[in-house]
Amino acid sequence: MELRVGLDIGSTTIKCVVIDENNEIIYSSYERHLSKISEKIAEVLKVLKKDVLNGIENVKISLSGSAGMGIAESCGFPFVQEVYATRIAAKLFNPETDAIIELGGEDAKILFLNNGVEVRMNGSCAGGTGAFIDQMASLLNVSIEEMNELAKSHEKIYTIASRCGVFAKTDIQPLLNQGGRKSDISASIFYAVVNQTIAGLAQGREISGNVLYLGGPLTFISELRAAFDDVLKTNGTCPKNSLYYVSLGAALASDKLINLDTLLEKVSNYSHLGNFAFRPPLFNNEEEYLAFKKRHDQAQVAIYPFEKLQGPAYLGIDAGSTTLKCVVMDEKKNIYYTKYMSNSGNPVPLVKDLLQEIYELKPDIQIKASAVTGYGEDIIKNAFKVDFGIVETIAHFMAAKKFMPEVEFVIDIGGQDIKCFKIHNGTIDNIFLNEACSSGCGSFLQTFASALGYDIASFSKLGLFAKRPVNLGSRCTVFMNSAVKQAQKDGASIEDISAGLSLSVVKNALYKVIRASSPEELGKKVVVQGGTFLNDAVLRAFELEMGIEVVRPNISGLMGAYGAALYAQLMCENNKESTLISAEELEQFTHKIQVTNCGLCENHCRLTINVFNDGRRFIGGNRCERPITKKVVDNELNIYSYKLNLLQSYRDDTKGKRGEIGIPLGLNMFELLPFWTVLFNSLDIKVIYSPLSSRKLYLYGQTTIPSDTVCFPAKLMHGHIRELIRMGVKKIFYPCMSYNIDEKKGDNHYNCPVVAYYSEVINNNIKDLKKENIDFIKPYLGIHRHKDFASKFYENMKPHFPDLELKEVQEAVKNAYKAYDDYLSKIRIKGDEIILRAREKGKQILVLAGRPYHLDPEINHGIDKMLSSFDVTIISEDVVSNKVKSKINVHVLNQWTYHSRLYYAASYITNQKDMNLIQLVSFGCGVDAITTDEVRDILEKANKIYTQIKIDEITNLGAVKIRIRSLLSALERKENQNGKIKIR
Amino acid sequence: MEKLKYDKKTGRLLFTKQMRKDYTILFPMMAPIHFEILGKVFKKLGYNCELLETNGPEIAQTGLKYVHNDTCYPAILSIGQLINAVQSGRYDVNKVALMITQTGGGCRASNYIHLLRKGLKKAGLEQIPVISLNLSGMEKNPGFKLTIGMIRRAVAGVIYGDSLMCLRNQCHPYEINDGDTDRLVKKWQDYIVGMLNQSKGYKLKEIKENLIKIADDFHSLEVDRSEKKVKVGVVGEIYVKYAALGNNNLEKFLEEENCEVNLPGILGFVLFKIDNRLEDIKLYGGSKIKRKVCQILMDYCLKVEDALVTSISRYDEFVAPSRYYHTKSLVDGVIGYGTKMGEGWLLTAEMLELVESGYHNIVCTQPFGCLPNHIAGKGMIRKIVETNPKANIVAVDYDAGAPKVNQENRIKLMLSIARENLEKEKVNI
Repeated sequence: MELRVGLDIGSTTIKCVVIDENNEIIYSSYERHLSKISEKIAEVLKVLKKDVLNGIENVKISLSGSAGMGIAESCGFPFVQEVYATRIAAKLFNPETDAIIELGGEDAKILFLNNGVEVRMNGSCAGGTGAFIDQMASLLNVSIEEMNELAKSHEKIYTIASRCGVFAKTDIQPLLNQGGRKSDISASIFYAVVNQTIAGLAQGREISGNVLYLGGPLTFISELRAAFDDVLKTNGTCPKNSLYYVSLGAALASDKLINLDTLLEKVSNYSHLGNFAFRPPLFNNEEEYLAFKKRHDQAQVAIYPFEKLQGPAYLGIDAGSTTLKCVVMDEKKNIYYTKYMSNSGNPVPLVKDLLQEIYELKPDIQIKASAVTGYGEDIIKNAFKVDFGIVETIAHFMAAKKFMPEVEFVIDIGGQDIKCFKIHNGTIDNIFLNEACSSGCGSFLQTFASALGYDIASFSKLGLFAKRPVNLGSRCTVFMNSAVKQAQKDGASIEDISAGLSLSVVKNALYKVIRASSPEELGKKVVVQGGTFLNDAVLRAFELEMGIEVVRPNISGLMGAYGAALYAQLMCENNKESTLISAEELEQFTHKIQVTNCGLCENHCRLTINVFNDGRRFIGGNRCERPITKKVVDNELNIYSYKLNLLQSYRDDTKGKRGEIGIPLGLNMFELLPFWTVLFNSLDIKVIYSPLSSRKLYLYGQTTIPSDTVCFPAKLMHGHIRELIRMGVKKIFYPCMSYNIDEKKGDNHYNCPVVAYYSEVINNNIKDLKKENIDFIKPYLGIHRHKDFASKFYENMKPHFPDLELKEVQEAVKNAYKAYDDYLSKIRIKGDEIILRAREKGKQILVLAGRPYHLDPEINHGIDKMLSSFDVTIISEDVVSNKVKSKINVHVLNQWTYHSRLYYAASYITNQKDMNLIQLVSFGCGVDAITTDEVRDILEKANKIYTQIKIDEITNLGAVKIRIRSLLSALERKENQNGKIKIR
Repeated sequence: MEKLKYDKKTGRLLFTKQMRKDYTILFPMMAPIHFEILGKVFKKLGYNCELLETNGPEIAQTGLKYVHNDTCYPAILSIGQLINAVQSGRYDVNKVALMITQTGGGCRASNYIHLLRKGLKKAGLEQIPVISLNLSGMEKNPGFKLTIGMIRRAVAGVIYGDSLMCLRNQCHPYEINDGDTDRLVKKWQDYIVGMLNQSKGYKLKEIKENLIKIADDFHSLEVDRSEKKVKVGVVGEIYVKYAALGNNNLEKFLEEENCEVNLPGILGFVLFKIDNRLEDIKLYGGSKIKRKVCQILMDYCLKVEDALVTSISRYDEFVAPSRYYHTKSLVDGVIGYGTKMGEGWLLTAEMLELVESGYHNIVCTQPFGCLPNHIAGKGMIRKIVETNPKANIVAVDYDAGAPKVNQENRIKLMLSIARENLEKEKVNI
């Protein structure tokens, strides 16, 4: 009997099969390898030798799987690439298969087997895999099996960003905090995985026919299969041995006899190459560590036993994203009670228990005032009638000042977020929050520790004396996973990796979030806090990287809560009683959740309505105040809503004697809408625009997107074009435009490459264009050359509208340029009006600066509306960019029309006292890597606060809100040094 | 340090005539065969140029420290390499200047020079002048002028480099005596440098003769072509396509995987950039004089190209590069000639050219998030595969955080299919 062996070393598991000459499996095993790869292979081989192969010396064996590549190379294992292996197995066992979807621990793959084999693997930016589901399950505090069960009874599907785990987390956390149902969230997570897989991997190819589901997640999670079935409108099968296809393929491909003992010896002696980049050790010896410990033990606030508490007390709660923290202090600011616990999703029952505990331990407690901060601020404040709510940044600042009165810089690394700010003249001057893509913080270390089989505390301790900490760089979580894999392959020890991860967290904070290049930039007086800094390895890494000594308070993880308590003390008025829920009320406390969709505007926010026992209600998930106040927001001071209405007013009412033409309403077509409408109407051609973007429209086009890392506004174009086709339009006009209008503001007047040529991508990736016989018109047009434009336009359009005359085109073009100018001047006039009115009312004016297409509510996610709800005035960059008459000097090549408006707008507001700027940046916009630094420079030179908001598919505005509130309160402080928020 | 002079209008630090005398000019590596020649030629012309051949992870780390982390990888690497060199202590920081190319197109690459200056400022090295190397007359410096003589030598350097690279890649995998091919490359590099430095070898006639000699010489190498190898073409964003630092030693990796590699040459890119100006005028209108000037330059480069193609196509064993206009014709109906930013339509065209010349397996390299490649690279692959069922293309992203193991895994998958196809081919024969 001839046996063949296949091993599959995945990112988290090792799978082994042995098959006989009939390709029947006679043995299989499936185990987690906890990254101890060579040891585990040796173990598996020994078991094989002993139990399965009895006596066979030479066996046909191959190895597959991404984590096995290195060891295969050096031990002389024949290696089969894993996707290729899958294909071999599928061809044999399921020859009728058209497509395979395989999800693994960290990989996602789609194989197309019919009409030309095509294989897709997740690229460098992808979540939506087994590891992602694991992460989400631990966020929900359930097991995978429970999650599957929960999903079965779902009622609603929430929109969860499907690009990467970090994004999804930012979506899920607030849902949990606002009391979203776990069953709905579980199912939504599975749908997010489906969307991620399709958007990231299908890349324009339709998944149809017989679909095979392979790999761990799809084998174990029936609801995930159901979600795929639902979205793909198919009925896929999960075959027998679905876990083992890769190893089966490897076994099938084995054709070389290998001596098992030799192999085993090689694997056991597998000496690591030791070839990885590393950094100096965190500590060279025990003495260094002790001195370090001693120094940090000095930063203390006194903590006494709870029963010693006398007199009025102040309660501070920090309902963070992954942890809940609480502090009770007395008038002298000494602490008597602390609590630090992980937040398993819904903070309400936790706070209830916590308050109960406080009332039980100290029945005579006299809480004078209470305050809450963090992600869960709103719901906790409402549920328990907490006196004050406070933005996290301010809370942390208050606490930091207690330890270092002249603190210049505070950095807080929590479970999921990094918050840092500079302090200038006693005011929070500059706030950095981590963008959704770089949260290599506490929760990441945590996940990593448990993936490697350690708890967080002992894992990070391992790194303290590591000889060669791995240099893992400063990238987001998903990348980091693979970087660790690489380091392991190169022979890094667990100690080296632990230390390396601590260094990475620090680097992420410094170089990605703060973007500092030297300690001088941050100041010499630095307070570090947040749970992650309780970790000595991270703290040391930070000091080493910065080259300075910092202060870590003994209550480093409780600073938010302590700050809230300090704030409560500061804000409370002497003769007023705290509104906090009493012990008696607490006993009656109940909390129910309903989910509904708000129908008050086109955003259709999903609302969670929390109902409390006394009939009070709290609504979460809303972007604006309308569902709560039922009042229409004053859009009069929001240019975004004016612009959107103005665009709608270019409604086409021509009969269209010459026929009609469709235009997708996205990217540069936004601002050029008046131009094209008037141009075509003057030629008796009716223009049909695609509707404003929506989630549905995006999903409709999603399967045709070839590059998963292109910006969201570009991705939306696929939906717009498909929608136009669905609407029955036969001619679609979407020109290529290297150049934009020359506003004489810069060195050139380009569009960015994506805006310039996206119609080429559309043309080659949306099959319906051909199938429906659409006349897709995508000429290269130079709108910057007024003189030549008419004749060039005429030349290009003549084949599609043969009876056009050059003369009428010339006339029409004239009208079009005029319409464009009119449109811009209308915006400017309205903008000036808004500025005037805001000034009359003494309101803050914010320039919400981005690109014309950020007007799309699906792109800006209603940020303008949210800002309006804070009672500020909103104008856009094009309102003020023209007010600077002379050419400004910037330190970059100023060559894109839309982007140069940003520089001009920033430059204009530098001497406008009541104006500030928020820059909207699309995730993946390469050009903004250049503009953001420059805009920041311009503003900071003039002592203005720079705020940037990165937007993507992401739909939750929680993080954005923090930023805005911090900005507004910083501005308030700035405006009036002795203002409302006194910070002593 | 020489006296620092600034441009009156923009305040930019200038590279002065005095600096030319005793400053070392550093420039970052891209395509080794070409750049080594160019560096030595510039040196002879009175610029104390030094090509940076440094590598290692600290280059990317330095880049990340001084350049916005979301900027494209080539900027992080080339700026990282420059600043890393300046900080290495090997040079007098008051007697060093940096040189970097600037294309002037609508992609981010035109901004590298500004990002470099920002980085220098951050590093406290503001006294170091930066020279822009460009053909668009962008930033000018009193101490550095591109003369016609220099341009002609540069064009010659590029064409010799293309020839050596093309022939090397077709001989090296088959050489019988290890190292023969690379020794020959070195021999010719030295010869070419010597020649150009004696003001010889850059006239068209000489170029023609030399290219023939080069082809002859490579043809007489001892090789064994009996084993058919997997043929892989590499296209992509110009820096990560050529620079080993940018693509994690892709060429070497492919060679170790027993492949024959084909990297389309640099002259095609030069022609493309000149041709863009002509296309611009055609598409949008523009001055006739400008057109004339470009046409002259274009015609000259085409003649040089002809010499290259002729020299190599004399031998059946060698696949000669396609002619520019032929390559251009391949994208007709696929992507418009107005797509000019970055590598533009040329990137798509090169993939089609490779498929046509028998290199069905292609690695399409790009920096993570490369804007033009969303269009001309990833955006066109589907169409190429549709019309050329044999094409087997893998798109690979390069980035400071993208680990080699994932990249190699993806490439190995492409190679598995390539080998399967090769086996089928053998059976069919």
